[in-house]
Amino acid sequence: MIDRIRKILEEHGGLAVDSSGLAEDADLYRAGMSSHASVNVMLALEGEFDIEFPDRMLRARVFSSAGSIRAAIEELTAGR
Amino acid sequence: MNDSIAKTGLSLADAPLLRAQRVAAVAGKHAASVDREARFPSESIEALRNERLLSSYVPRELGGDGCSITDLVRQCLVLGQQCANSAMVYAMHQIQVASLVRHGLPQPWFERYLGKLASEQLLIASVTSEVGTSGDLRSSICHVETDGAGFKLRKDATTISYGSEADALLLTARRAANSAPGDQVMVFLPKETYRLSNVGTWDTLGMRGTRSPPALVEAQGSLEQVLPTPFAEIAPQTQVPFSHVLWSGLWLGIATDAVARARAFVRAAARQKPGTMPPAGLRLAEVTSTLQLMRNNVFDVAEESDERMQGSDNESLTDMGFVLKMNNLKISSSQLAVQIVGQALQICGIAGYKNEGKYSLGRQLRDAHSATLMINNDRIHQTNASLLLVHKDD
Ligand SMILES: Cc1cc2nc3c(=O)[nH]c(=O)nc-3n(C[C@H](O)[C@H](O)[C@H](O)COP(=O)(O)OP(=O)(O)OC[C@H]3O[C@@H](n4cnc5c(N)ncnc54)[C@H](O)[C@@H]3O)c2cc1C
Repeated sequence: MIDRIRKILEEHGGLAVDSSGLAEDADLYRAGMSSHASVNVMLALEGEFDIEFPDRMLRARVFSSAGSIRAAIEELTAGR
Repeated sequence: MNDSIAKTGLSLADAPLLRAQRVAAVAGKHAASVDREARFPSESIEALRNERLLSSYVPRELGGDGCSITDLVRQCLVLGQQCANSAMVYAMHQIQVASLVRHGLPQPWFERYLGKLASEQLLIASVTSEVGTSGDLRSSICHVETDGAGFKLRKDATTISYGSEADALLLTARRAANSAPGDQVMVFLPKETYRLSNVGTWDTLGMRGTRSPPALVEAQGSLEQVLPTPFAEIAPQTQVPFSHVLWSGLWLGIATDAVARARAFVRAAARQKPGTMPPAGLRLAEVTSTLQLMRNNVFDVAEESDERMQGSDNESLTDMGFVLKMNNLKISSSQLAVQIVGQALQICGIAGYKNEGKYSLGRQLRDAHSATLMINNDRIHQTNASLLLVHKDD
């Protein structure tokens, strides 16, 4: 899963660094992701994993690292 | 205690709103000359200091009033009814104070400074704009250059309101030389740590008394002056919500003032011919309903902000649904302010078009026109359009 998340970050995150080299807990905003880019990341994740992030998850913190994104997706796909 | 206050029997123990009303009375007397001469509203700011309102958002334990955001909105509203320039200086200062209170505390350095701000009634200006990024709040070109426990920086700013009159600046910059444009921090600069040069001119259509020319900021200080929270968090948690809500409060003040003038005009006409409805009576009825809409919107969002800030969760203002609501408040109140003053002008006719007299509306109209440009509404629309692609209203 983390590789699929990294690929999306690579394509849509607008990061200033290579996402494969980013630690799972590295702060994506610090790595250059703008709030506009984060919306594109959300859209791409929703498409890739066939999920919808509910409103309670639409907070900056949930999308602040590859690891926190993974945790959110795991919660949404649990029991699938 | 201030002498003039002691003499009149007024007290600093009075509620902040009552003190703001006294400041507004002073502001109203000088509003026309502040506008005409494009000068700093020094009388109002002195009155704010005497009433100790520059520390109204500072927590009580540090010597302030511990006001809520709704309290600040009410104060901006009464000031805005008399002098939008004074109200805007007050609002911008409070946005900076809120950033220090919410993101600087409990660091001892900021605790000490906020105590000093309360006792000396210091005024803080904002430096987010920069040559090269234009209106994009969330990116910087300049950076903090660290040197041991100290730093240096240099920022070429496009617009700094009351920069020359302020006691301190709160400025955005990239974290370090190799940081991405969006990896910003906020640096707090007390007067002794910066120098302003190349100060340009500010001869504008309205908001002339905010004195907001371009300038070069060169600063040197200690790293303790850098707020520990990244600007990526300070912006959505404090700077943006406080700006939208407080600005809307003072724009509501401009609109309220305009409607009051229109109402006085219609009433005077009615007294000429009791029993006949003055032709503009219907227009007055119409504009008061628009004003009520604007007012309800401002206080609804202000009160929800306070409710959300009750807990210790600093992220409570950043839920996407609430961000949309706040952005919509900024867009609608900036547009309604212009619309309402325009409607009032239609009612007062030539008496409103004249630059003198009690029905004059030129200053209000010119001031109101800054609202849609101050963080351009198109940028906000674009943000909302993109948020709506993922937001679910459930
Ligand atoms: C009264 C007043 C006081 C101010 N005081 C201060 C102050 O104290 N400190 C400070 O730092 N700044 C201050 N500002 C400046 C403010 O922060 C903004 O920088 C400024 O209002 C925007 O300037 P702009 O029109 O040049 O830029 P832009 O926002 O870039 O707008 C220019 C044009 O570009 C368009 N545009 C550009 N990019 C986009 C985009 N991504 N999406 C949509 N449209 C876009 C806009 O629609 C507009 O037509 C003040 C402004 C005013 C009016």
